Amino acid sequence: MTFEHFAIGVGIVVLLLMIPAMLRIVNGPTALDRIVAVNVIGTKTAVLLVVIGVVFKQVGMFVDFALAYALLNFTGSIAAARYLHRAAQRGGDAPSGEEAG
Amino acid sequence: MILTILSVILIVSGLVFFFGAAVGLMRFPDFYSRMHAAGKGDTLSTLLVISGFALYQIRGIHDLSHDWPALLIVLKLLAIVVFIYLTSPTSTSALADAGWEDGIDPVIEPGRENHLEEDCRGKKSPPAHNPEPS
Repeated sequence: MTFEHFAIGVGIVVLLLMIPAMLRIVNGPTALDRIVAVNVIGTKTAVLLVVIGVVFKQVGMFVDFALAYALLNFTGSIAAARYLHRAAQRGGDAPSGEEAG
Repeated sequence: MILTILSVILIVSGLVFFFGAAVGLMRFPDFYSRMHAAGKGDTLSTLLVISGFALYQIRGIHDLSHDWPALLIVLKLLAIVVFIYLTSPTSTSALADAGWEDGIDPVIEPGRENHLEEDCRGKKSPPAHNPEPS
């Protein structure tokens, strides 16, 4: 049993453990639950890209993909958080002066 | 050989933490507790798994003048580790703040009052409506 077989096993386990997060996306009660689950799946996709690179013996190529994917995941998560934060502060009635900082 | 065993140990412990994160994300009753499980377990498991693969890639380095691509791969993997170590708690904090301002109520023990409600919520913006009784 080489390390590549072990990496294939690790990839399968990560993929199977993404299923609860996917269920949380499907029937999350609020939108922020879904965003948290998407964040978890995105981080695990970066791990899965490294695993794919180890399996195909091309880690030098796939590690760049993983880095870019982690960066995009962080940007998307922060953008969604900022959007919902602003929407919550704007959603109340009474446009009473003070803007959200 | 010892590096391979160490990397296998790191990767398997990362998978155990990811299993905990998945179970917590599935079964906790509350948005904040789900976010707690997802944030901590996800960050730690990602750090452990990618550190394990970085430790496995060190095995290919014998001579730095010939093996500098392998060293570059190890440095990139460590860059992913540092990046996720910095950004995953940041995004978790931002999402929890957005959830709090969005009006998601935590599940609290019956008989206790939610003191945070009158203390914190609405400090950043003027309260548009009276907070619902807990």
